[in-house]
Amino acid sequence: MRQISYREAIREALAEEMARDEQVVLMGEDVGCYGGCFSVTSGLIDIYGPHQVIETPVSEEGIVAVAVGAAIMGMRPVVEVMYGDFSTLASDPLINHAAKTRFMSGGRQSVPMVYRTPMGSGTGAAAQHTQSLETLFTNIPGLKVIYPCTPSDAKGLLKSAIRCDDPVVFLEHKNYGLSSLIPEEDYTIEIGKADVKRKGTDLTIITYGKMVSQALSAALTLEDDEISAEVVDLRTLRPLDTEAIRASVKKTGRAVILHEGPAFGGFSGEIAAAIVEDEDTFRALKGPVKRIGGQEIPTPFNKNLEMQMAPQVSQIISVSLSLFS
Amino acid sequence: MPYSFASGTRKDVLALMIRSRVFEQKIEELFTNHSMHGTTHLAIGQEAVHAGVALGLEQRDWIMTTHRCHGHTLARGADLFAMMAEFFGDSRGLSRGLGGSMHLIDMEHRNAGSSAVVGSSVALATGMALQLKRQNRDEIVVAFFGDGASNRGIIHEAMNMASIWNLPVLFLCEHNGYGMSSPAHRMVSVSSIAERGSGYGIKSDSIDGNAVQEVYSKVREIRQWMMEHQRPYLLEVKTYRFSGHSKSDKRVYRSREEEAQWMKKDPIEAFSRVLIAEKEITEQEISDLFEQERAQITEIADFFLNDHQELTLRDAEQYVYASGGDR
Repeated sequence: MRQISYREAIREALAEEMARDEQVVLMGEDVGCYGGCFSVTSGLIDIYGPHQVIETPVSEEGIVAVAVGAAIMGMRPVVEVMYGDFSTLASDPLINHAAKTRFMSGGRQSVPMVYRTPMGSGTGAAAQHTQSLETLFTNIPGLKVIYPCTPSDAKGLLKSAIRCDDPVVFLEHKNYGLSSLIPEEDYTIEIGKADVKRKGTDLTIITYGKMVSQALSAALTLEDDEISAEVVDLRTLRPLDTEAIRASVKKTGRAVILHEGPAFGGFSGEIAAAIVEDEDTFRALKGPVKRIGGQEIPTPFNKNLEMQMAPQVSQIISVSLSLFS
Repeated sequence: MPYSFASGTRKDVLALMIRSRVFEQKIEELFTNHSMHGTTHLAIGQEAVHAGVALGLEQRDWIMTTHRCHGHTLARGADLFAMMAEFFGDSRGLSRGLGGSMHLIDMEHRNAGSSAVVGSSVALATGMALQLKRQNRDEIVVAFFGDGASNRGIIHEAMNMASIWNLPVLFLCEHNGYGMSSPAHRMVSVSSIAERGSGYGIKSDSIDGNAVQEVYSKVREIRQWMMEHQRPYLLEVKTYRFSGHSKSDKRVYRSREEEAQWMKKDPIEAFSRVLIAEKEITEQEISDLFEQERAQITEIADFFLNDHQELTLRDAEQYVYASGGDR
């Protein structure tokens, strides 16, 4: 095992897959000598050259559409879009084309591409560069949606995404410096499998992406109140590992669902449904299912206000405690 | 014209145009009498583009067409049985009945399909060309689009990328005068869409799209030029759809007089006149060709009217993801 950052883990996954298969091509704005907006792709162009690292103009819709067309012809493009907010521009090629090409061709075409983009607040970039827009994609059959938190998960899941014959939306958080231990050997992680990041018996916190770290902090503090919280990291949102969610909630009887984007219309509703639609899990509940999401306003520029946008550890603790009163 | 059809083949070219016309007329009839559901976009009057482009390409070249895709698909050599099946939503169709009239995909004949989001396919075709270039393949991609689609921003992005990366994509604008009901003279900022090529440093030209020999020759010439210069190209072909935009179109936005003027430039009649004058075919033989094509296509349509097979929803689910049932 060795310690590396989220950024390095993603870069390693890209490098290893590009070395393994020359059809794996990185495309995006400033992904060459500049190394990408968040320095994820630094150095890759020096190793793999312009044949596998394609620097593109500012044309988000065009880049993603070009990747879809190239993928139909056998390329395995990995497109980087520098902010998840620009997914609005990339939505036509992703939603109307990539997701439907296999189906509309009766299985005669496929689009083996990865769409990588970072989501979330905390960077002081105001309302158009800080959203969490995963629900743009989770309601689209034909897409897979991944949102890992740890370096280890990011590497293993990105490698699986690149090898997947379907279009995969791979969302990243912006805490690219977050570091953890990862295996030395070559490994992949299966898409669609949640991971229990912390075992517990009294309460389940179900979350994904950057909020996994917040959930783990909250769980640590809840120990002081002699509450044993389990943290389920979904890692993949579509296909959703409903079995893992239900298994944990059946054990603990209490569920708190957490994500960075607003709860109204958010993915937390889908997770809550996965809990309450299952007879056994519903009967195991000892209290209401709770949801915690970000503030229901666009992200303010003001630093103090922005820092209050995402769910706070204190909020997770108080909502969790409320289930025991 | 630098290129002409090989001697003795011009009758086959006419037959191909007639097949396209007759196929479309049959589709129109089947929609009108409610034998088919959904909508359809006919290209009656644009047959010189279908045949001229398809014959001007090499077999190894690719096309990506539009929602108005029947003629291009047919001219590239698609199996008429599988094409007709797709219109009926039959599981023996090109896309097993999951794509329909606007999404005729025929990879065997290097037709990568079409987007029904007007203009979006142009960028997909540009991506196909990127992969061809990476693999040093001696092939080009034709990206069809119409005058209506020419106003989409994605076409600007695609042309810019094709130019900076020297991609083998032939942007082919079928200028048929109308985007649905909107005339190009009110919606397009230039009188010739070919003019837009200069904005991207892309060489371009505009020709009569109703003259099949001219379209064929131009496409061959352009293909040769693209190979020599390793550059994209923009070709505008000016034509006219005699039919409405889609099955529900009453054509209130244009006059019957205007239609009559264009009918005088019917591409099939124009080419027939040439062949008759040069004694390659007689009027009787042309009328026989129409009859033969009608008989063949009617037989295929009748087959599917009487013999329908379709996927179940469970079958259809297998085509959402590569792994079949994975959701």
